[in-house]
Amino acid sequence: MNNDNIQLMQGNRACAEAALAAGMRFFAGYPITPSSEIADFLSSALPAVGGNFIQMEDEIASMGAIIGASLTGIKTMTATSGPGFTLMQELIGFAALCEIPCVIVNVQRGGPSTGLPTSPAQADVMQCKWGSHGDYPMVVLSPSSVRETFDLTIHAFNIAEELRTPVILLSDEIVGHLYERIRIPDISNLSLIDRKRPTKPPPGRYEIYHTSEPDGIPCIPDIGTGFHCHITGLIHGKDGFPTRDPDKVRDLLKRLHGKIDSRKRRICLMEKREMEDARIVLCSFGATARSCFQVVREGRLEGLKIGGINLKTLWPFPDFVFQELPKSVETVVVCEMNQGQVAGLVRQATGNRLKVVGINKCSGTIITPGEIRSAIDRPI
Amino acid sequence: MLSTGLSEIKRHLRTHRLPHIWCPGCGNGIITQAFLRAVEALCLDPDKTVIVSGIGCSSRVVEYLDFDTVHTAHGRAIPLATGIKIVSPQLTVVVLAGDGDIAAIGGNHFIHAARRNIDLTVIIFDNFTYGMTGGQYSPLTPKGERTATSPAGSVESPFDICELAKGAGATFIARSTTWHAFDLVHLISRGIDHHGFSVIDVIAGCHINYGKRNQRETAVKMLRWQKEHGVPIDIFRQLPEKEKKDLFPIGIIHSSSRPEYTDAYTKVARSGLNE
Ligand SMILES: Cc1ncc(C[n+]2csc(CCOP(=O)(O)OP(=O)(O)O)c2C)c(N)n1
Repeated sequence: MNNDNIQLMQGNRACAEAALAAGMRFFAGYPITPSSEIADFLSSALPAVGGNFIQMEDEIASMGAIIGASLTGIKTMTATSGPGFTLMQELIGFAALCEIPCVIVNVQRGGPSTGLPTSPAQADVMQCKWGSHGDYPMVVLSPSSVRETFDLTIHAFNIAEELRTPVILLSDEIVGHLYERIRIPDISNLSLIDRKRPTKPPPGRYEIYHTSEPDGIPCIPDIGTGFHCHITGLIHGKDGFPTRDPDKVRDLLKRLHGKIDSRKRRICLMEKREMEDARIVLCSFGATARSCFQVVREGRLEGLKIGGINLKTLWPFPDFVFQELPKSVETVVVCEMNQGQVAGLVRQATGNRLKVVGINKCSGTIITPGEIRSAIDRPI
Repeated sequence: MLSTGLSEIKRHLRTHRLPHIWCPGCGNGIITQAFLRAVEALCLDPDKTVIVSGIGCSSRVVEYLDFDTVHTAHGRAIPLATGIKIVSPQLTVVVLAGDGDIAAIGGNHFIHAARRNIDLTVIIFDNFTYGMTGGQYSPLTPKGERTATSPAGSVESPFDICELAKGAGATFIARSTTWHAFDLVHLISRGIDHHGFSVIDVIAGCHINYGKRNQRETAVKMLRWQKEHGVPIDIFRQLPEKEKKDLFPIGIIHSSSRPEYTDAYTKVARSGLNE
């Protein structure tokens, strides 16, 4: 039987549909262009499946509400753009430290400040990783098409649940507002992950942050199930209570990073094209990856030795990809609608072994295939 | 409820987390005790009661209470409690936090939760100051009082937090003090029992960081001040305006009934039944 379901769908809608398919049952948000379609749709779709939607008073509260709801064991999400994403940073740090699964969608628009509300940009890559204070790891996924938006939203929930961590879906105005014909996968065949949780309070005290490995994932009970757990944004020991014991502080921060870093290869998704004998590699993510792949396609027809990489995971940064490039590669060209945020990471990953060139455009418009082509046709 | 013995409330304490961080003579212990007496009086199921706090001396209370407890970020207790309550309306959700936490950085969340009339109970540990950071002025510091950041006396007018809650739509509002400890148990019980957004403003003493700057440098002086300035609401209302100055009403300030948020959501959003 063919269960294929083909639809003309908007990127933001695909995100919302995938979230529902992943089992998301609580959404809290505050309206902002270009993300509003997600909230608009979920306000009717969620109650229809027994879930809850609420429009909070701001993005700080939205982030707080999804954390609170997640603590009871529900899959939760919020969606926003630049100014709202900035307000969410405080509690994103809280979710990372307290290991509370949730998905935050940032449909990027031009910044800084109110910036360009209806124009695209990709300038929040660094904010995703460093936006809240203190050292904490982050998982950030970046879709370049409507179908990828669907798939990466599912991936985001799976990682959030499995690793007990907030995950950011970093879309952009182009992908969020793009309409494409997509094949929606059969929902019943999706492989979905639910967080592990203890079912019955054991006799004695249960250590909610206990793990058997130093990079392990704790089995934290849902609140309301009789464990009487304590969740705090203070640095805590395995029992969940505040501590300043240097060994415990170090162990917690090491484990938080370790649980993401040690699973990097599994978290990092990417699409590579025409890499075998490539001398030039076009590297991008989100909407601009589309332009790059077009240049690769056309270049190959003309006999250019050119390949492309679409990074679907931006954090943890897949540095291994650039350390394992084919010997033929001489130059990596990073195309992004910002001042060179990913290019810097690629330089760090490659050391001085390769030439890394940035094509950067910060004008609220996409980098076109023509612009990339003329840039690489100039001697670089 | 006043007959509840200490041993009965002690079982709700995480005694292994004691001693607490509060200074000797701090009012927070009296509020904590009153809260636990209310829990006993209402026979709340400790497995189905969640306590959420913000940041401050008072917010540290959750660490000592043997329930599911969430110590959030400064001012953010109410949004987290809102998320918990919406997806788990069967849980009793109580917010315990300071006046700075609730009225300053969390002020916007406070009025919006009141507007929604979501079934949360907010108990404000109202010591007129930011105790934890050394006694700076808060939005509830009376005008003219001296603090670490208003050395010549505060020039700002405070909120009347109970009137603010009322204007914003809260459906149960009470005020008490740590001197009126037994009334407090009754008022907290009424607040938790009330189906809707409840606020209990508890005037508490911080003689160390606040009282010392305002001629109330001991716990006893703080309590005496509360005794002399808190006036039962019925009597307070009869007073001529100029005698009300410096006094504040205690007791049930407001009680009303209108649809609670999670009920209304279920009815309207899920079933499309607009009233
Ligand atoms: C965002 C943020 N700003 C400032 C602080 C510092 N801070 C910690 S407690 C506190 C005030 C606490 O006052 P209150 O809520 O009245 O509680 P109290 O200590 O008096 O019980 C402040 C400003 C913080 N933790 N977070």
